[in-house]
Parts: sequence; C-alpha cells; structure tokens
Amino acid sequence: MRNEFEDTDDVNGAKQMTREMTGAKMVIQALKDQGVDTVFGYPGGAVLPIYDAIFQQNDIQHILVRHEQGAVHAAEGYARSTGKPGVALVTSGPGATNAVTGLTDALLDSIPIIVLTGQVPSFMIGSDAFQEADTIGITRPCTKHNWLVKDTEKLASVLHEAFHVATSGRPGPVLIDIPKDVQFATGTYCGPKPSASHYQPSVKGDLTSITELVEALEKAERPVFYTGGGVINSGPAAGQLLRELVDATGFPITSTLMGLGAYPASGKNWLGMLGMHGLYEANMAMHDCDLMINIGARFDDRITGVLSSFSPNSTKAHIDIDPSSINKIVRIDIPIVGDVGHVLEDLLKVWKSRGRKTNTEAVVSWNRQIDEWRKVDCLKFAKDEKIIKPQYALQRLEALTKKYDRYITTEVGQHQMWAAQYLNFEDPNRWMTSGGLGTMGYGFPASIGVQVAHPDALVINVAGEASWLMNMQEMGTAMQYKLPVKQFILNNERLGMVRQWQELLHGSRYSQSWSESLPDFVKLAEAFGAKGIRCSDPADLDDAIMEMLEYDGPVIFDCLVTKHENCFPMIPSGKAHNEMLLGEADTEGAIQAGGAVLV
Amino acid sequence: MSALHIKKGSTRHSAYNLRPTFSDVQERHTLAVLVENEPGVLARVIGLFAGRGYNIESLTVAEVDHTGHLSRITIVTKGTPQVIEQIKAQLGRIVTVREVHDLTVEGTTVERELAIFKVAGEGEKRVEALRLADIFRANVVDSTLTSFVFEITGAPDKIDAFADLMRPLGLVEVARTGVAALLRGN
Repeated sequence: MRNEFEDTDDVNGAKQMTREMTGAKMVIQALKDQGVDTVFGYPGGAVLPIYDAIFQQNDIQHILVRHEQGAVHAAEGYARSTGKPGVALVTSGPGATNAVTGLTDALLDSIPIIVLTGQVPSFMIGSDAFQEADTIGITRPCTKHNWLVKDTEKLASVLHEAFHVATSGRPGPVLIDIPKDVQFATGTYCGPKPSASHYQPSVKGDLTSITELVEALEKAERPVFYTGGGVINSGPAAGQLLRELVDATGFPITSTLMGLGAYPASGKNWLGMLGMHGLYEANMAMHDCDLMINIGARFDDRITGVLSSFSPNSTKAHIDIDPSSINKIVRIDIPIVGDVGHVLEDLLKVWKSRGRKTNTEAVVSWNRQIDEWRKVDCLKFAKDEKIIKPQYALQRLEALTKKYDRYITTEVGQHQMWAAQYLNFEDPNRWMTSGGLGTMGYGFPASIGVQVAHPDALVINVAGEASWLMNMQEMGTAMQYKLPVKQFILNNERLGMVRQWQELLHGSRYSQSWSESLPDFVKLAEAFGAKGIRCSDPADLDDAIMEMLEYDGPVIFDCLVTKHENCFPMIPSGKAHNEMLLGEADTEGAIQAGGAVLV
Repeated sequence: MSALHIKKGSTRHSAYNLRPTFSDVQERHTLAVLVENEPGVLARVIGLFAGRGYNIESLTVAEVDHTGHLSRITIVTKGTPQVIEQIKAQLGRIVTVREVHDLTVEGTTVERELAIFKVAGEGEKRVEALRLADIFRANVVDSTLTSFVFEITGAPDKIDAFADLMRPLGLVEVARTGVAALLRGN
C-alpha cells in the first residue's frame, strides 16, 4: 500500500490530495477532513475493519455507548449543541435497526447527523447472512438520503457527499452502509469537493416577496413573530439578525419548542413558547394577530390547534428553506423560500432602506393588549409545603443554574413541557429536546453527546422517571468517560402525560400508565459508581440541587414530585388557541368526541 | 411570475399562486421527474407516494440519458391542488431527483401509452373485434383461430375506450405500459 500523498488536478483544476488506502482508513480520513473530532458508536462484526482503523489513530475520539440508539441520540445532542454534524458508527443488522429511532428523530427535527453502518460483505448481500438487514431499505424513509457503497473507489466521494447533504438545505440525518469487503479493499481517497455535488439548495429568498413582507411589516397593527428550529439550524448569524429585527420593530415574538433560545427569554418582546402547552399570551397573540411572520417553523399540529380556527384574521408570511413546508398545513399569503439567515439579512436591508417604518401607534396598543394577557399569569400553580411540585422543582433549578452557561436536554412528556415553560434560554443551541418524534429515552444519551462537545459546561437532562429508564444503560458511558451529566428526574411514578390524557379523555381510567417496580435511583447511581441524590421535601430542594451542581461527576437526582399533577396551560385536542385550559377548573368536558381521536 | 421564485422546470416549480391552492377539486396531473439513475431511486419515489398517501394512477420509468445516468419517471397522479403542490415539493426534496416538471401546468402535453389486448371469441364477435381494432388503428400481433392479440398506442382515454369495446367481445387479458408524456412545441 502506498502511503505518500500525490498532487493531481481534479476536474475543476484545483489541487487535490489523493492516495491509496483501505476503505476503513478512508472512513477515518474523510471524517478528519470533514473536521469531525468525535464519533459515537458500538462495534460489531461488520464494522471491525473501521474499528481497527480507529485503534490506530488518535485524531478522532470514539465514545463507546451502551446501545446503538444511544449513539445516534448522543450524535444528535452533539449536533444540536454545536451546530456541527454529529457522527455515529454502528454495525450491521441489529446495530442498524437500533439506529432507526434516532434517525427518525433527527429527520423530524432536521438535525444533521451522519450514521455509518457496517454491512455484510457485498457478495453475501441478499443471502440472509448473519446480522444482515436491508439497512438501506429500512432507513430510506427515515433519512434525508442514504447510500450503499459497493465499491471502495466510490467510498470517499460518498462520505464527503454525505456531509454535504446532511448539512445543506434543510439539515437532516444521512446514512452510509459499508459492506465489510469494501472496508478491507484498497481504493483511491480524494478530499472534500462540495461544489461537485448536484445537490445545491438555494439559500437566497426572492426579493419581491421579501419586499412584500416588508410592506406588510410597515402596515401591521397586530404583528407577531412565530419562530422555530430553522432559526437555530441556520446558525448564529440568523439568531443575531432575528434579535436585531425584533428589537428594532418592537413586535412580539413567540417560538416553538424547537426554537427556544433563538431569541433570549429575557428580551422585552418575548412571549414565551406557543402551542398545546404554550403560554396564554403567546397563543392569544397568535389567534388575534393581523400579521403572522413564521420564521423557520412548520405549523406542526402541536402548534396550530384546530386548523379551522387557526389565527383566522391574519396575513401569514412563511420563511422556510424547504419549499414543501410552504402551504403544507396552512395557506400562506407571503411565501419566502430561503435560508433564515440570508432572508433576514435581505429583509432588514430592505426595511432599513425604506426608512425603518412600523405602525408604531397600533403596535404600542397591541403590546398593551399583550400585557393584559400576561397578567393572567398562566404559569402560576398552587404551591405545596409538603410535596415538591414539578413546576416548583424547575423554578428552583432555573434560579440556581441561571448564572451558568447551561445546556438542557429533556426526555419526553410532562417534564419536557414544564422545562420549556419554566426554564429560560438566552442563547441558541442550549436546549436539546425531541420535538417532532417525541422520543422517550432521547434526553440521557443526548446529554452525553452535549457534554462530550462541551466538557466544561453544566449539562442537565430534565427527565421523567419512565423516559429515563428507556436508555438508562448509558450510565455506563457517562461513567467511562467521566461525563458529569446531571440527570434531574421528576419522579411521579407515572407516565405523567399519558396519565393526564387518560384523565381528560378516558374517564381517569389509568390503563398501564404507572410502574409498580421502579428502581431505587440512588442505589442505581451508586451501582454505576455515580452519585445519587433523593429529595422529597420542598424545604430541602435548594440544598439538594446545589449538591448536584457541586458534584464533579454524573448525578442521578431523584426528585419525588406530586403524582397527579396536570400540565397547564393546555389547548385541548380539537380546540383553538383562544380556548386554552388554564387549570383544573377548566377541564370538565373540555375535549369532545372530535378531539378525542386526535393524538 | 411567482412569489416562490420559480424557474420553469426547476424542482421548485409551483403554480400554487395561480389557482386556489386549498380548493377541494380533484385534479389529474402528469409529472415528469428526472432522476439520477442509481439503485433504489424508484423505491424512493414510490415510497414517498406510499408513505404520504398520495395516489399513483400510472407510473413509467426508463433511462433517457445514458451518459448522464438520468432516468425519466412519468407519474400520473390525482389530488387537490394543495396535494399536487405537496407532491411536487416532496419529490423535489429527494436528493437524487434533479428536476420535477408538472406537464399539466407547464403547457399542453402529448401523452401516449402502449397496451396489448388478448381477445378470444368466434364468429361474429371475432369479426367485430377485428373491425373495431382497425378503426382504433390497433395492430394484430398474434392470432389463433379463436383469439387475437392487439397492440394499440394512444392517449389513456383512447385505450380505455378500446378496452370498453373489447370487453363484451371476449377480452381475456390486458397489459398496459402506463403513460409517457412530453410537452408540445419546442
């Protein structure tokens, strides 16, 4: 095998490093050339050559997870908290099928990850070989794109194309399936050439439409910005431009679950999250606005409530990089296809050049109306002296961690919604949660990915005990790599959100929504060599949280909370933004038959 | 012409703002999709239709540019204007799809389909089948003393009409290729 570099001219005339190497080495070389520093993975028969190549180098750190699902969620956590693509490496068959949930999660939340799977040797494909699965067939609908590489000569270009596809346009997960013989064989390696790809989504928005939106901004009497994960995916510049636009216009802004942190929670125009468990003022503003400016969000059903009464009297503008998002759910009056950052830059330019006009008088009285809605104080809850309310636990966590540059992941359920309501995010990439797919078991491995990317930061996974148990094996990973992730478990011994829906929709018949044999979480922590803390008294909570924060290592915090607490505010299924339930008193007969069939 | 910055024939092609997008009227559209001819590309397109619940009335595919490795998939589909726009946008998202053309919107099209009919019968029915085949310019490509195989090309409705006529005359079996379509003019 030749190892020396040689310079050759590629088709574009650029100098290009090429050299001969095995497919396995190519994988490592391509990851290095793409700036990857960490791979989350789990070895197996069909990826042994790649693991051998990993063994023989020190540039890329490999984090050994305890389950392939954990590898993909960790890669997602890494990607969401850095803005860089995450990488996972798993074996064929069960390794690949275990990656499917993470891939789907990343697809629905538009997270750029690259999953490398081993495959049985190419001459055995189709023979039902040991640990063979049709990985490409299985993952086709849950990836943005996937490739089976049957020729080592093509491996390098596919690897680079995979990074390009995952990170261009609307980001998403991609998968490369590499048969074992292709890993062993020798071929020519070539460096990254993004311009060589046919996949080049346009990022600039149409100026005519942008001007149309500026005209609407100038006239609007009751405008609202409705922002989503697209702002965060677009990068830090988009967040800055958004802040500039919001502060300069004085328009109120709300965000989806995915977009929290793009605009600071301390900003004066901030309404809080909108949607099913969003804030009263945010949902009322969406319902009564006359101009809705959707920036990088997708009118998800958790956001809109019943479509027939969704913001009935507004002009709707939608900025999205994916043309299929436009008019998919809601009729759009001003569609702008483009990258949020590019579009906001042009939008600000046009708006400024026309004299920075807004309908100030009307907007002031609109903000006054919003202040009236704020007075409802929809997040208030009945305090309890004896039992920790989950809302209280999060209020205290917020207060005690405010001074940190803090990264929060969550599992899925009531705790996730409370975290979104009671924790404040000042910057993008600090909030990692499974929004679209709603994957229980996401938060813990994601927190590991975040901590690997930010070794010195405070990383907390706000969890429910049921979700947390779904990927608890990752305690082994946290211990092995000394990742001081804090597992803040709001333990109500229930599947809280399932129980809430059973109470509201199924006559309080709590079918299978509790666990009768929960582990002792403190002992569980100790079994792994981590620290366990239990807290059941509101009076001890602050000290217990401080103990968690001060401990240098992984902590499982078992916070025993109210067992039957419902998450409010809530837009019940089949209802509109202005028909929110604000508390227990409103729940009687709130959901009718039509709403009951909705998820 | 449009707020979506639509170039004719591009994957972002859309005419959604030229007609009421959220109307309930079912429209029949013929789409021409240029794809990279790589393994699995048809599965991606079909999987999209199956996964999102879109209709396929007919689908044909073959390589049309050997050096460029491009295949052309012609899909006839039905849906409300909003669904049709979604189908086009979703097709455009597939990484190996190079172009999506809505022939129904872009202009008038020539649509052709080839079909083979086996008709069995004797006596007057057999003579009548042959006579009608002649009127429809169908060719006899196989014959026994009690059967014919006709080959016919034309727009789908012509083939439907021929099938309706053959049914009482002893139609045994039909094979149809699905629609191939091009825009008229240059």
